[in-house]
Amino acid sequence: MLDLSPEGYVTEDGRKIGGVLMEMKNITLRFGGVTAIKDISFDIREGEIRAIIGPNGAGKSSMLNVISGFYVPQEGEVWFKGARRAQMKPYQVARQGIARTFQNIALFEGMSVLDNIMTGRLTHMKANIFDQAVWWGRAQVEETENREKVERIIDFLEIQNIRKTPVGRLPYGLKKRVELARALAAEPMLLLLDEPMAGMNVEEKEDMSRFILDVNDEFGTTIALIEHDMGVVMDLSDRVVVMDYGKKIGDGTPDEVRANQDVIDAYLGVAHD
Amino acid sequence: MPDQLLFAMEVTLNGLMAGVMYALVALGFVLIFKASGIFNYAQGVMALFAAMTLVGIQKGQVPFAHLINAVFGTNIHYFGWELPAVLAILLTVVVMIGFAWLVNKLVLRHLVNQEPIILFMATIGLAYFLEGVADLMWGAEIKKLDVGLPQGLNAAIDEATFNLFGYGFFIDNLDIAATIIAAVLVAGLVIFSQYTKQGRALRAVADDHQAALSVGISLNFIWVLVWAIAGFVALVAGIMWGAKSGVQFSLSLIALKALPVLMLGGFTSIPGAIVGGLIIGMGEQLFEFLIGQPFLGGATQNWFAYVLALVFLVFRPQGLFGEKIIERV
Ligand SMILES: Nc1ncnc2c1ncn2[C@@H]1O[C@H](COP(=O)(O)OP(=O)(O)OP(=O)(O)O)[C@@H](O)[C@H]1O
Ligand SMILES: [Mg+2]
Repeated sequence: MLDLSPEGYVTEDGRKIGGVLMEMKNITLRFGGVTAIKDISFDIREGEIRAIIGPNGAGKSSMLNVISGFYVPQEGEVWFKGARRAQMKPYQVARQGIARTFQNIALFEGMSVLDNIMTGRLTHMKANIFDQAVWWGRAQVEETENREKVERIIDFLEIQNIRKTPVGRLPYGLKKRVELARALAAEPMLLLLDEPMAGMNVEEKEDMSRFILDVNDEFGTTIALIEHDMGVVMDLSDRVVVMDYGKKIGDGTPDEVRANQDVIDAYLGVAHD
Repeated sequence: MPDQLLFAMEVTLNGLMAGVMYALVALGFVLIFKASGIFNYAQGVMALFAAMTLVGIQKGQVPFAHLINAVFGTNIHYFGWELPAVLAILLTVVVMIGFAWLVNKLVLRHLVNQEPIILFMATIGLAYFLEGVADLMWGAEIKKLDVGLPQGLNAAIDEATFNLFGYGFFIDNLDIAATIIAAVLVAGLVIFSQYTKQGRALRAVADDHQAALSVGISLNFIWVLVWAIAGFVALVAGIMWGAKSGVQFSLSLIALKALPVLMLGGFTSIPGAIVGGLIIGMGEQLFEFLIGQPFLGGATQNWFAYVLALVFLVFRPQGLFGEKIIERV
């Protein structure tokens, strides 16, 4: 059992995890007759890699969409950095320092890899339209800074050779990587990844796992991710939330979750009562 | 050189310059369609409204004078001043930005995620409403628009061609001015969209709404922005057209000229709008000159553009620059 004190905890590999960054309290989300999320509460701590797992249709993506403001829950509260968050549009959530990727990849297909990643910097661009009109002072300094940051991310994710390629022409695995790059460009406090390794081969998965760990380690970014590959989840994450049919059926370290009978039943497809 | 060939060259040049105007109107359509998937039926009326507002402001007309007089029993029509053209244009730009903001606030915001056909209907409503407002605000009579653009025969070209071929081309100064202004406008738009933060955000929204939201772009802001830009493009088109043939309600019909251009160039391609406009402008003048006048009794400009666009559609339904869409099965 982890000792979840308010100040944080220390992981097995000795990483210091901080206090609560984001807390979901009694979230319920319905689509007409379908209840995608039923009264779920959990928290995400600073510096943590938090996984959300569960069978198909469990409500994982819905939960990520609630966090990022794409879905508005009918009930419950979202707390971020110790304050209750008012209802927000997705772009406002993004401006608070929460970046994300999508299960079905949402990139700007018509733009180059570089331009896609540059859009991730938009929330950091302050120069107003008049500065830009004359391409002067602030705008120029800013553009250079942003380009440097983006180039560092490109190096970090090892995609130098495709930086000028239009995204529409890339294979699936590389698209996923570019989407991660764009999210990283925002230098987010919290990074949300919806199945970052879906549809990848073993080698690509290994690369992606390494990137996720490095992001967390080097930039101290808090990460919440959804993943189906159990091996990956157990390797990467500090704590795991397990969902099934919209309900939370488990929450804890990978080992705890693995030993949880409800979780085992859900994955083995034992009939629901 | 034979006379016929010289005539044809002159006609081609004039056609190209008429095409610039079509391209400008089509550009307004493309901008809004790309960013929001809305086919803005009101684009032509926006050009009319912008031109009327410009004349009204320049001449110091009291807006809604008729209404005010009817309600208060007064008899006011003019403030009694005339503004310089530049100032009047700037004020009109402000009005068009206000218009963009209002359209978004009062109409589009409430129609998010509706079917495209519903949005299209909304813009039809908007077109007729705006026409009514323009009428009420500035009166229905034909107005002369004069912002100081040069007009009439370009003597230099006339002389140069006469010395060269022994036949002077008639090229209108206004057409030359329009071409230059349109080129500057397009260059400005390209620079804006490629090198500014707002331009980058605009391209992002045009490409993928979800992704745009996830990087912190407000769709509402972008929609106001793109309608404001379309309003500005409408103003430029309105000025050219108005300077040529006076500001009158038929101005809103230039939108109909943009349709074949869009069919040709594709609804989402800015280069398509420009090249399409030029092809239509040149095509209809040449056809009239070579076939219409001699064999068909003339006035083929009314329909030729549509026939050209239809023929084109059969062979390239995706437009000049669109990519061929092969349905996944
Ligand atoms: N926008 C929506 N409108 C209607 N129903 C939705 C919507 N989004 C999700 N749902 C429903 O909510 C339930 C949970 O879906 P969700 O996508 O969150 O599951 P998931 O756990 O991410 O599944 P998967 O592993 O297949 O991605 C499903 O029944 C789904 O059909
Ligand atoms: Mg999902």
